[in-house]
Amino acid sequence: MKFVDEFRDGQLARIIAGKIEAAAQPDRNYNLMEFCGGHTHAISRYGIADLLPPGVHMIHGPGCPVCVLPIGRIDSAIELADRPGMILCTYADTMRVPASKGASLLKAKARGLDIRMVYSAADALRIAVANPSREVVFFAIGFETTTPPTALVIRDASRLGLANFSVFCNHVVTPAAIASILESPQVRELGAVPIDGFIGPAHVSCVIGSQPYEYFAEKYRKPVVIAGFEPLDVMQAILMLMRQLNEGRAEVENEFSRAVTREGNPTAKQLVAEIFELRRTFEWRGLGEVPYSALSIKAQYARFDAEQRYGVAYHPVPDNKACECGAILRGVKQPRDCKLFATVCTPENPMGSCMVSSEGACAAHYSYGRFRDADYTQRKGAKDAKVAKEPR
Amino acid sequence: MCLAIPAIIVERRAGDAAVIEMDGVRKEISVALVPEVQPGDYVIVHVGYALTRLDPDEAQRTLALFAELSDGRSR
Repeated sequence: MKFVDEFRDGQLARIIAGKIEAAAQPDRNYNLMEFCGGHTHAISRYGIADLLPPGVHMIHGPGCPVCVLPIGRIDSAIELADRPGMILCTYADTMRVPASKGASLLKAKARGLDIRMVYSAADALRIAVANPSREVVFFAIGFETTTPPTALVIRDASRLGLANFSVFCNHVVTPAAIASILESPQVRELGAVPIDGFIGPAHVSCVIGSQPYEYFAEKYRKPVVIAGFEPLDVMQAILMLMRQLNEGRAEVENEFSRAVTREGNPTAKQLVAEIFELRRTFEWRGLGEVPYSALSIKAQYARFDAEQRYGVAYHPVPDNKACECGAILRGVKQPRDCKLFATVCTPENPMGSCMVSSEGACAAHYSYGRFRDADYTQRKGAKDAKVAKEPR
Repeated sequence: MCLAIPAIIVERRAGDAAVIEMDGVRKEISVALVPEVQPGDYVIVHVGYALTRLDPDEAQRTLALFAELSDGRSR
């Protein structure tokens, strides 16, 4: 496929790996956070970690909307679906996220609730049009990439005068999450890792542009390189970040220039601004309450706001005590540090949210990296044994 | 979740609709967020919506940058 295959070329990957090797200063650590789950997935899937010199560390960020959705929000979605005559539409990603008391949307569907997986927000709108005697709620989650389609269906529902359609809005915003990692006292208390630079989001940036990151680069002196989700994009971004760090620069650079401009998509931004406003605060799994980090539907469109329409009350629920999702989302721990990883918690039976989405750090590591750990431990063990056996 | 796929626009339809093709598969999507696109343009598709137009010249420049053996910024 054009714009895909050429960005996965193995020969070019080796060239970039060589440049990364050459750029790595031997006595220096490069702690780079890839914010997005899409990058986390690419790093695991294409074995990019194996092509990096020892001093370059990739830290997985909280940019996976499924992973950061707190349990209480899934509970609310199940409560909505439980209302008589309700059809709850949702992206497939949320179906298996564990809710309270071992529940999930998938299990709720199995016990007979009308919960429907949709590919597009537009499908939810079509279901509402086709079922005028039923109430239809669209359970909306996602970052700036996924927000404009939700804005469009609210606008269209308003134009059509639909009386049976509303949106349970859980859209979150990227810049606030990055700021929270860098400066929130709560996150500092919970523990965070030193980060030297960020790989900036691919498709989020198609919408919001590169401009919003300029603030971070300037205020926190951290370089940001916006990168596409293909493996060569990620490698080139790592190289660009290392060069910035070597030269003491902290700028916003755009590796994904084939799709991202400084301004982003003005049509999408205007639409989102017309329909949504910032919430004062929103709970993120792993980060806690983050100020101005999520969107709610404006008063003008209140009749399409499921929270207002059905009086949804939010009840925070603590994560499973043994689950390390929180620390993993802040980059403090790796999936292999979690006792539940690949034992109790697997993609088939996820305990924590990071195992649910294929972009979650745990699911990505489970699918592509868990045998690398074993191999590493084995090789290290064999080497130690050999050293021990050799006569002195 | 932010997964999105490059696809070519093969047909504009009434309103905001367009038909895209990716690897032989055709599908109707909405181009309400990029109303200016025309057949032949490549777009990034996410949950049934085109998010942005892909710039083939910029893509070529990026690929050329990958292939450079020395520091790209010396150009």
